Amino acid sequence: MSLRSADTVRYSWGALRGYPTRTLLMLLAISVGVAAVVILTGLGEGARRYVMGEFAALGTNLVIIFPGRSETAGISPSTLMGETPRDLTLADAGALARASRIRRMAPINVGSAEISRGGRSREVVVLGSSHDLLAIRHWKMAQGRFLPHLDLDRAAPVAVIGSKIRAELFGAEHALGQWVRLGDRRFRVIGIMGSEGRSIGVDVEETVMVPVASAQQLFNTASLFRILVEARSREALEPVKQQITEILQRRHQGEKDVTVVTQDAVLATFDEILGALTYAVGGIAAISLAVAGILIMNVMLVAVSERTAEIGLLKALGAPAGQISRLILTEALLLSLGGSLLGLAVGELGCWLIRHLLPTLPAYPPPWILTAVLALTLLTGLSFSLLPARRASHMDAVAALSRR
Amino acid sequence: MIELRAINRSYSVGGQPVRALDNIDLDIDAGAYLSIMGPSGSGKSTLLNILGLLDRPSSGHYRLDGHDVTALSDLEQAQVRNQRIGFVFQMFHLIPRLTAAENVALPLLLAGVAPGRREPLVAKALQELDMGDRAHHKPEQLSGGQRQRVAIARATVTEPELLLADEPTGNLDHHSGQEVIRILESLNSRGITLIMVTHDPEMGRRASRRIKLVDGRLADPDVAT
Repeated sequence: MSLRSADTVRYSWGALRGYPTRTLLMLLAISVGVAAVVILTGLGEGARRYVMGEFAALGTNLVIIFPGRSETAGISPSTLMGETPRDLTLADAGALARASRIRRMAPINVGSAEISRGGRSREVVVLGSSHDLLAIRHWKMAQGRFLPHLDLDRAAPVAVIGSKIRAELFGAEHALGQWVRLGDRRFRVIGIMGSEGRSIGVDVEETVMVPVASAQQLFNTASLFRILVEARSREALEPVKQQITEILQRRHQGEKDVTVVTQDAVLATFDEILGALTYAVGGIAAISLAVAGILIMNVMLVAVSERTAEIGLLKALGAPAGQISRLILTEALLLSLGGSLLGLAVGELGCWLIRHLLPTLPAYPPPWILTAVLALTLLTGLSFSLLPARRASHMDAVAALSRR
Repeated sequence: MIELRAINRSYSVGGQPVRALDNIDLDIDAGAYLSIMGPSGSGKSTLLNILGLLDRPSSGHYRLDGHDVTALSDLEQAQVRNQRIGFVFQMFHLIPRLTAAENVALPLLLAGVAPGRREPLVAKALQELDMGDRAHHKPEQLSGGQRQRVAIARATVTEPELLLADEPTGNLDHHSGQEVIRILESLNSRGITLIMVTHDPEMGRRASRRIKLVDGRLADPDVAT
C-alpha cells in the first residue's frame, strides 16, 4: 500500500494551489533566475556568433604571413648579433604567387599620407596591395574598378578611394578618372569602395588603395606589412601553410623568420575566448538560481510548519514518514518545474526581444543551456527541499495534532 | 481484542521526568464501548495515542488481536493505523482546501486505492452520515456538527475495527454534540469498538465501560476526584 504517483502529484498540486501567493512568489523567484541564465548566455552566444560571422566574412581559407617569429626559439646566432628578422619583400610575395596550392595572394603595405585635390586635403590610411585583395576580402565596389592586374613591382599611378573620402574631396562632382595628390605623387581615381566592405581592422570608406609598388615608393620602403594568401580549399590550409613556410625558409637562407597563421587559428582563439565568456556569464546568472534554491528551502520550511496539523493528520491516517517526504519533495519539484518552464519562456522572449532590437546580435541561447538550466533548477529545488521534507517526515504526529 | 500489559510512558519536560502513564494493564473486548475520563494531564490523551499507534510506550506490551504491535516498524504501524483504526479529533482536522469527499477519500488515497474504487466507498461513507449532498462543500462551508460528521466518515471509510475519539464533542454545541455521540454509538452498535476520551461526565457515563485515569494510573471511575 502506498500513495499512487498520480495522487501524489495531484495532492501536491492542490497544496500549491492552496497557497497561491507563496506559490506565485516562488515561481517568480525561480523563473527570474532561469530567465537570467537564458538571456545572459543568449547574449554571450550572440556576441560569439557576431564575431565569428565577421571573421568568416574575411574568408576561412585565409592564411596570413607576417615578418618575425611569434614563438621563442632559444638563443640563435642572429639574436646574439642583434639582427632583426629579415623583411618580407615583393620578391617573397611573387614566389608565393607561383605556388601550386595557392589560389590568390595579396601583399599588403600600410601607411598614412596626405591626400589632396584642389584646395581640400586630409590625412588618410593608404593601403598598398594588388588586384586579388578585393576577392580575398570579399569587398564590393561602389563605382569603377579595383586595382588592375599588374606585375607586383609596377608602380602604376592609380588609386581606389573610399566613399567617405570621395565625398570629402569631390562633394557632388564626378570622381572617376580625376587626379588626386597623395604625398608627392599624383594618382588617377579608378574606383570607389562601397560602404558594404566594412570589416574588422579596416574601414574601407576611409582608406585609399594603390598598387603595392606605388605604396612602397610613397613610403620609401622595400618591405611588406603582411601577405594574405587564400588556399584553394579549407582542407588545403595545412599543406599551404607548410608550403609557404618552406618557400620562405628557402628564400631566407634557411631561417624560419616569418609567422604563418591561418584565419582558422585566429577564429578558434576568439571562439574559445567568447565561449569562456558565455560560460562565465552563465555561471554568474546561475548564482541567482542558488539564491532561488535557498528561497525554496525557506518557503518550504514555513510551509511545513504552517501545515503541521495536516502532516500530523496524514500520519494518523496511515502515511509513513517516507510518503510525507515524497509529498514535500513533489511539491518542490512541481514548483521548480513550473518556475523553470516559465523562466525558459521569459528567457526566450527576452532573447527574441534582443534580436528584434539589435538585429546584428544573434542572441540565441545555446540549446544545451536549456536542458542544463532545467536540470540544474530541478536539482536545486530537490536538494534544497530535503531538509524541509526531513523535518516534515520526522514530525511528531501527536504534537502536530494537539496543537490548537 | 486489545491487551495492554504494564504500559509505561514517560517524558522529560525541562530535564524533569514526567510519568504520563504508570504501569497500565487493560483489556478491551471487541465491540466494546469504553470511555476514558480523568482530569487534564492525567494521561488520557497519551493512552489514546498509544492505543492509536501514534505514540510508543516507554515500556510494556500492546497486543491488538493477539499481535504485539509495539514491535512493529513505523511503516507497519502506519499500515495498521490506515487499515484498522479510525480517528476522530476534537479539532476535526479536515484539510481546508479539500472538499468533504476529498477529505473522506484521504485514507483510501494513502492506501493506494484506485480512484475508480474510491468513489463508491466515499459516497457510501458520506451517505451513511447524511452528508451525501455536501460532498463537494469545503469545510469552511459546513457547520461544526457537519464537519465532525465528515471527519467520522473519513474515520470509517476504511471500515476499521477500532474507532478512537478524542473529545469528539469538545468543540461542538450541545445539540450537535448529542448528534455526534448518537452517530458514534450507532457505529458501535454495528460492531465497531469505540474508545472515547472525554472530560464530560455526562458523556462518559453513556459508555458501557468506563475507566478513569488519575496521574497516569487507573482509578475507580465512580470516585470523584
